[in-house]
Amino acid sequence: MNLRTQRKAINLLALTLSLAAMAFGLFWLIWILWMVFEQGVSSLSLSLFTENTPPPGGAGGLKNAIAGSAIMVGLAMLMATPIAILAGVYLAEYGRNTWLGNVTRFVNDILLSAPSIVIGLFVYAVYVAQMGKFSGFSGAIALALLVIPVVVRTTEDMLVLVPTALREAAFALGAPKWKVIMMVTLRAAKTGVITGILLALARISGETAPLLFTALSNQFWSLDLNEPMANLPVTIYKFAMSPFADWQGLAWAGVFIITLTVLILNILARVVFRRTAAQH
Amino acid sequence: MMPVEKSLQQLVPQISIKNLNFYYGKAIALKNINLEIYKGHVTAFIGPSGCGKSTLLRTINRMYDLYPGQHADGDLIVDGKNILDKGVDTIELRAKVGMVFQKPTPFPMSIYDNIAFGVRMHEKLTRNQMDDRVEWALTKAALWNEVKDKLNAPGTGLSGGQQQRLCIARGVAVKPQVLLLDEPTSALDPISTMRIEELIHELKRDFTIAIVTHNMQQAARVSDYTAYMYLGELVEFGKTDEIFIKPQDKRTEDYITGRMG
Repeated sequence: MNLRTQRKAINLLALTLSLAAMAFGLFWLIWILWMVFEQGVSSLSLSLFTENTPPPGGAGGLKNAIAGSAIMVGLAMLMATPIAILAGVYLAEYGRNTWLGNVTRFVNDILLSAPSIVIGLFVYAVYVAQMGKFSGFSGAIALALLVIPVVVRTTEDMLVLVPTALREAAFALGAPKWKVIMMVTLRAAKTGVITGILLALARISGETAPLLFTALSNQFWSLDLNEPMANLPVTIYKFAMSPFADWQGLAWAGVFIITLTVLILNILARVVFRRTAAQH
Repeated sequence: MMPVEKSLQQLVPQISIKNLNFYYGKAIALKNINLEIYKGHVTAFIGPSGCGKSTLLRTINRMYDLYPGQHADGDLIVDGKNILDKGVDTIELRAKVGMVFQKPTPFPMSIYDNIAFGVRMHEKLTRNQMDDRVEWALTKAALWNEVKDKLNAPGTGLSGGQQQRLCIARGVAVKPQVLLLDEPTSALDPISTMRIEELIHELKRDFTIAIVTHNMQQAARVSDYTAYMYLGELVEFGKTDEIFIKPQDKRTEDYITGRMG
């Protein structure tokens, strides 16, 4: 066998192995998606959005859980995004090689990989236990704590990618630093930052662990942030474990709604990011 | 004798550099530079890579301030003030001394806002005044006819040569006294380069221009005065014709005849 055919054979082998690995990964993913789709669609109905979670054996929907999830996720994003973007700006523009910047970056990386149940327990200890009750607000805090490190990281990464020449050009026109950041650097990194926010949103939409000890759950319709709040992930957890068929059906419907939301958010993030890539 | 006297009278130094040293941390990059940049003329800085010509340019608008560890000492007089002094307002300085960089750097905003961005830092203009200023600057940069119908389009959508003229227009719009051009055509094609060189001829009526270039023909074409730098020193400075026809220093001669660099 000469050198060239040998190379071709090795190439073919490598290609086959990597294709097999990809097929193995995709197989499970597609199986999961298929099951969610099959079970979820059969449980879909209008009453999902118009009725609250039922007692066992009764008919009902997921209205309170969907609303609770939306409220807590929205509130978490509102609290976390400004803080995280400011922190990311600090790391990229002010603290690049400073002691404080490096420590902040390190701590943020630890937070980024912290298991979400730890965050849930932390909020339970410092907020829920002090207030003496589970509440929607504490759930939003726990979710916000998950969002912050993700958005800090993407914001910093995206700002670092902005060419130095662009910053210098703005400084050369006599712009003060904060104007350079607000008007030029952040704008240039805008779509990357938005992508990070969307990915963080997708991540917290399905989080169960941080809500178990904070928002808990609620069988009834409640918009009071100081009371336990219904939400999709904990409802799914509760209903899926139950022996009642209609509860299990609702759990599948909830899973389907969350999966669809996360899928849409991910696609949206990709579309937004591709638009930046096309611009440059 | 009359014409000579007349030309001497016209030589007003816009920038005076005396005993200037520049350091990157502890490494010295500019050694005892003495030089005058004359008002209304084009001064070219030539020399091999790493000779300090860009560093000198970046000292004149204190661009080096952005980077801790870089510092300069000596005198660099702009408009009667030593701009190396501690209390100097760099924002005010950069209104007087504009800069255009090697690569076109349009801001991620509309063509109109690219021009207005710098102006807004220094002046409060009405909408009409700003419209006039944008048109004036784009006309000065020979770009108005190409963009007048798409002022709201993003600046990033222009071609490379147009982007660089946009950057020149942006610098001109602030109405500085001096324009620093740091290899403004090195990323452009020959046609765009030619347009920018023509533009430099036009602009020197209103502005004092200092240009760093790797291209000696360009220096010969666009400048009135040329400074040859080598290893952080100013080797020779004089009228462009004289530098290129009969350089006084052996090192200058070697460089411009292509035996070195």
